[in-house]
Formats: sequence, C-alpha cells, structure tokens
Amino acid sequence: MSERGKMSTEQCAGIATAGELLTIENLRIEAPASNSVRGGVPSILVDDVSLSVRRGRVMGLIGESGAGKSTIGLASMGYGRGGIKITGGSVVVNGRDIRKLSKAGLRKLRGKEICYVAQSAAAAFNPAKRLMDQVVEAALMHGVSSRADAEARAVILFKKLGLPDPEKIGRRFPHQVSGGQLQRVMTAMALCSEPDLIVFDEPTTALDVTTQIDVLAAIRDAMRETSVAAIYITHDLAVVAQVADEIMVLRGGKMVEQGTTRQIIHHPRQDYTKALVAVHDIQHPEKPAAASPILAIDRLTAGYGNGTIKVLEDVALVLEKAHTLAIVGESGSGKSTLARVITGLLPPMSGSLKFDGKALPARLAERSKNELRQLQMIYQMADVAMNPRQTVATIIGRPIEFYFGIKGDERDRRVAKLLDQIELGKEFANRYPSELSGGQKQRICIARALAAKPRIIICDEVTSALDPLVSNGILKLLLQLQKEEEIAYLFITHDLATVSSIADSVVVMHRGRVVRSGAKSQVLNPPFDPYTELLLSSVPQLNEGWLDGAIASRRMQPAGN
Amino acid sequence: MIKLRDIPLSAKFGIIVIIMYVLTAIFAAQLAPYGEADIVATPFEAWSSQFWLGTDNLGRDMFTRLLFGARNTLGIAFVTTVIAFALGATGGLVAATFGGWTDQILSRFVDVLMSIPQLIFALLLLSIFGISIPSLILVIAVLDSTRVYRLTRAVAINVTVFDYVEASRLRGEGAIWIMTREILPNIVPTLIAEFGLRFCFVFLLISGLSFLGLGIQPPTADWGSMVRDSATLITYGDVTPLLPAAAIALLAVAINLVVDWFLHRASGLKDD
Repeated sequence: MSERGKMSTEQCAGIATAGELLTIENLRIEAPASNSVRGGVPSILVDDVSLSVRRGRVMGLIGESGAGKSTIGLASMGYGRGGIKITGGSVVVNGRDIRKLSKAGLRKLRGKEICYVAQSAAAAFNPAKRLMDQVVEAALMHGVSSRADAEARAVILFKKLGLPDPEKIGRRFPHQVSGGQLQRVMTAMALCSEPDLIVFDEPTTALDVTTQIDVLAAIRDAMRETSVAAIYITHDLAVVAQVADEIMVLRGGKMVEQGTTRQIIHHPRQDYTKALVAVHDIQHPEKPAAASPILAIDRLTAGYGNGTIKVLEDVALVLEKAHTLAIVGESGSGKSTLARVITGLLPPMSGSLKFDGKALPARLAERSKNELRQLQMIYQMADVAMNPRQTVATIIGRPIEFYFGIKGDERDRRVAKLLDQIELGKEFANRYPSELSGGQKQRICIARALAAKPRIIICDEVTSALDPLVSNGILKLLLQLQKEEEIAYLFITHDLATVSSIADSVVVMHRGRVVRSGAKSQVLNPPFDPYTELLLSSVPQLNEGWLDGAIASRRMQPAGN
Repeated sequence: MIKLRDIPLSAKFGIIVIIMYVLTAIFAAQLAPYGEADIVATPFEAWSSQFWLGTDNLGRDMFTRLLFGARNTLGIAFVTTVIAFALGATGGLVAATFGGWTDQILSRFVDVLMSIPQLIFALLLLSIFGISIPSLILVIAVLDSTRVYRLTRAVAINVTVFDYVEASRLRGEGAIWIMTREILPNIVPTLIAEFGLRFCFVFLLISGLSFLGLGIQPPTADWGSMVRDSATLITYGDVTPLLPAAAIALLAVAINLVVDWFLHRASGLKDD
C-alpha cells in the first residue's frame, strides 16, 4: 500500500498541477464579533488548514462537532453559514481563487463545478417539487445540457445508485421515498451536472446502520465510475475508512493529522487520532442473571388509532435489578413506542406491565408520585429535553424539590453533589442549556434523572446524537452510576457497538415484534437469525475492506431500503 | 443585557416618543395651563399666546384637552390591553396544555366571538350594558382577548411538543407548573411584541368608538371625541381637529417601530 501511495504521488507529480482540483492553503475562517456567543471578539472557526484534492480522489474530513469540518467543506464552495467569513489563505478550484470571484462568478461555480450533499436530505429537498425537477435543476440552470439529456443521465445515475424503479422514481415527491433513498437521490442530484468536486456533509449520519451500508456502497461505486473528486465529512472514522483515499483529522478548527486512510487507521501518530481509532474499547462483562426482575412486560400490544395501527405486537421482556437491557432495532421497529408505553404516555391495548412484582397502572395520570419517581427517562436530543429558560440548578433541583420536598440550601447541596457525580463542577449550576456542549447537556439530563433516585432509567438513543469520544464518556458514566446507585437501564439504541459496551442482556426488535432476546453473549454470537445477522454485519468496522465483505455476505435486504 | 448603542435608530425614536407620551399622561395636570373641562373662552378661538392651540366648540382650551386626552385614552387602552392579555393568554395556555375537549370547547367559543365584526359587536354590547368606562374596558378586553387567545394557543402548542414539556409531565408536574414554568417563559417574547400591537388596536378602537359617540363620554377629554367635536373647523382650512388624530397616529407608529425591532430580535433573524 505504501508503495502504491508513493507511486500515485509520483504519477501526480508527473501530471503536475493538472491533477490538483482543489487546493486550500492556510485557510482561516472567522465568525464576526456580533455573531459570536461571547460577544466582542471575533471567534476563529478554522485556523491554518491546508489540503488538496486531486481528480478521482476522496478526501475524508473527520472530527467532532465544532471541529470546523462543515465550515471547510462549505468554504470550498465560497460559502459561509450565518455570516462567517474567510479571512485568510486561499481556496483554488480548477486554477481559480474563489476568494477573488464575484457573487455572479460563485454562482456559476456552484452546482456546476462543485456540488454539495447535505446531511439531512429530507430537509434539503423542496417538498412541493418532484424529485426529477430538483435533480436536473442545476444542470439546466448552468446550461450544461438539455432537459432530455439531463433526465436521461439522472435515470442512469439512479440505476447506478441502486434506486428501485429508476425510470419512474423521478416522478415521485420527496415524501414518497424513504430516507436512505432520498439521500441517494441527493447524490444523483450532485452528480447530474457532472461536477469536478462533490462535498459530502455527513450523508449517512442520520440513517440506520442497515440503510447506511447501502448508501455508502452506492456513493463509493458512483464516485469510482464517474471519477469526480470528493470531500467526505463525517465524525465516524469507520465510515470514512470505507470511502476515502486520504483522511484529515480536525479538532477545534486546526489540523491534527493528515495521511492515507491506511496510515490513519492502522498507525495513527497523534494521541487524539489514537483515541478516535480506539473509541469502542469499553469492556463490560455481562452480569449473571439474577432472576429478580424490576420490570416485566408480557404479551404487550400497543398502537395508535383505536387498534387499526399496531406498532407493538406481543412484546415480552424482563429487566433485572441493576442490570442493563438493550433494545435494538432500526427506526420503525417500535423501540421508542415501547418507551412511551412503559412511561405511561401511551396506554397499551393489551398485555401486562409489572414493576417490582406489582402491576403498574397503564396511564400516566393513574400512577402515584412514587411510581413516577422510580422510573425516569433520558432523551436522545438533550437540547430539547431541557427548558432553555431554566438554569442547570433549576433543571436538576426540580425533581429534588418535587419528589422529596427539599428546598433551599439542602437542595443546592444535593445539586452540587449530583454535578460532581456526573463529572461537572458546581460552577455549572448557574448556566443555561445554551451555554453547554452536547455532551455536557446529556450529562445534565442524566443528573436530572438521577436526582429522583430512580430504580429504572429509560435511555432513548442517548448517545446517538453525540460524537464518538463524547458518547464513550457518557457510556462510561452510565456504567459507573449503575455500580454506585444500583439502577437498572432500559437502553434503546440502533447501534450494536454501544450494545456490546453496556448491555447485560439484549432484545432485538423488528417491525414491532421481538425477534431475538437473551443474555448479551447469547444474542451477539452465532447461530443468528437473518435479521440479527443483518444488523450485526451492518455495523461499520474500522478496516478498509469491510464494506465489500459486508455487502457480499448479506442474506437479507434491510426494511428501510 | 441590551446595549443602548445596539438599538436601531427607528426603535430609539419609537422609545423616546413612547416615553414622552407616558410622561405627558402622568403629569397632564401639572403641564396643562387650565382645567380639563373648564370653559375658558368663546368657542373656536384661533391659536394665540393665551390659547396655544385655540379652543374647541364649547370654548375649552385645546392644548389642555390634548394633554388630558393622553392620560384618559392611554390609561384606558393600557388597562384594557392588560385585561385582554390576562384572559387570552390564560385561555390559550390552558387550551395548549390540556388539549382535547378543553381545547375544542375554548377554541370554538372563541371562533364564535371572532365571527362577528369587532366594531359592530362592541357597539351592540355597549348599547346593552350601557356606556361607562368599566363596561367599555371590559367589552373591548373580552373582544380583544380572542385574538390574544389564538396567538397564545398557537405558540404554546409549538412549545408543548418539546421533550422538556414531556419530561415534566412524566415527572408528574401539575398543569400550573407546566403552564407557568415550562411553556410561558418560552413564549413571553412573542407575547410582549403582540402586547405592543394589541395596545395600538385597542387604542384605535377606543378612539373610533369615541368618535362615534359611544366611547369615553364628555366632559372627559379624549382624542377620538375631540376630532369629532371640532371637525367642522376642517372646512375652514384649520388643522386643529387633525392634531388629536396626529397624536394617535404618532403613537401607533412609535409603538410599531419598537415592536418590529423586538420581534426581529426575538425571532433571531439576521440581516444578511
């Protein structure tokens, strides 16, 4: 590989600058003073970053949120979100410095020479227009080709990207195709005007693992066949390892390390990169089954609209005291509905719900304060799970006041102790949620649940919105707290890597039914049922050949495809 | 929190005008050269050093009545708007928090009230309950609270879908806590902006009713009835009757300038 790397460098030197499609040198991007949170001083978002992408190559940009990945990606199109500006360095595309281009010049460039694929395809499409109109729009606007030619090329691209019914899918509206399909249509849109460079901004982050693998394979194959250059932005090293030739690791707007994919994942030089590579290293030995269930669900059926739509059918599970039960499945499998039933927000149609041996009232309003206290919940999106107008002290202190009637100094003392337990200091008490980072927010939500001294905490995808390193910290904290406070977790997730780091037992759900359940060692080891195998094989692994192997060995097509 | 130099010029102008109106309303008795209802000269005197803006149809000093008019019209409009907001915002929050039947009953009742043109409905109710300042205030407040209800319900429902409201429900919090601590703080900016606009409308409605003879009754000075009383002068090319109207217009413009700025800030829009 190192030989191949050397060779291609020589080849490149041979063709000289003709191969250099995008060259960014000493890029510096700042947010103007009035927009920055602190006020007064302009904040530097990207500092002294240089990179170059040659034709037909893919550069992966990786880092946590706030690392400046998307900012660099957009800067290569001469765009700054929310008034941020390029204040230093140069961005040269096809031999032209885009910083010197006028607005009209930039418009000519965008959509023709450089295209952009956004993270949330659902939000990036116009819901009122048909897919085909949106896919060919850029090509028509720049006069690259006639409408008939552009549509013919779009159909070829749909085929290449593995979309079902490629001849007719263009006539559908965005809401008529699934999330994974929409993401591929967006890739087709980017490829349709035959650009030289495509910027992919976390194109698979919002997708299920089983869908991600298809989109990823489709993007990579299309890239190879059309030989355009690309910048691929993600926070998941295992994902970028599948598509990128080179990887740049960013942190806080600065470059940490740059190298070939193989070098970064096998021989990382910097400590930060090493931490990223070793991210799934939590070893959690499975606790022996104790046969003292805290929560037992039997023959549970639930749904909406007077029983016409059943989301859960005949679900049974048992959560042991101070254990972690992971509920795994893709979106639409009924995981979150199960959480709503357990919390009492959605009374079930039939089935029983037992808490500590006693039947738990089905409706929220019928439950006693003490029953409510013992069952707490942590949400996926920490930023909307906290009232933006309340301070951390109010957020954490309220359950203490509400359940235990403790006020004043004693309450403040308990808040400080909880903040200490979640590894934040007591100086956080006076902050508002907007003054916290994503990981800190989730920690505050954990503290709020903890304040009630619960016996069960339902964790609904608590780490899926976080960066790998941050979510690792959250998982370690949850395990630590379980040891200290003897809390049982009902851990809802789609991420099997998380499951193996935290769970004692696992329930796999598919279309509202339990397809497999048991101890972790039993569920995650063969012999598998087809669905569990599909899920397991779809989790990206940190080696370059994983994608091909996973695609080749599949026995079942994912539901969300 | 808000720096003085960050306020745009238009909003600064609006704030200064509003402050001047408020000061005039408070110190009307001290500033006015004569008593509110005193007949000090012959009717329709011209502008002079003794009667700065002349006299009206009964020979009362125009300038004095303009100052007292600020106190009466502004005071009544303010009290009315406060009551309208208390009623409307409470109803809207209750509808958003409980939903279901509560929401249906409240909303349909409000729909019925809103289906009748406001001015005609106000005339009708005033002729039933008689024309006094308390009934004027209550009738306009109830009619105006329907608009406040609609707005509050709409913005509050947007807030109730957030996880933090669900989290407080799961905690077992009562409706009062959810309404006042979880929802209200998040919709206050919108309500404050709406308060400014509603105040303008109430103020215009009162002036309109007064002009029609159903609002504030003589001898209490009021800008609406002042326009009517001296309206004949317009035919002689005298601008005096337009002065109370101009006072109304200036205040309406000033309030809207401030509200625009406030809404702009609250919505987080950026000039781009």
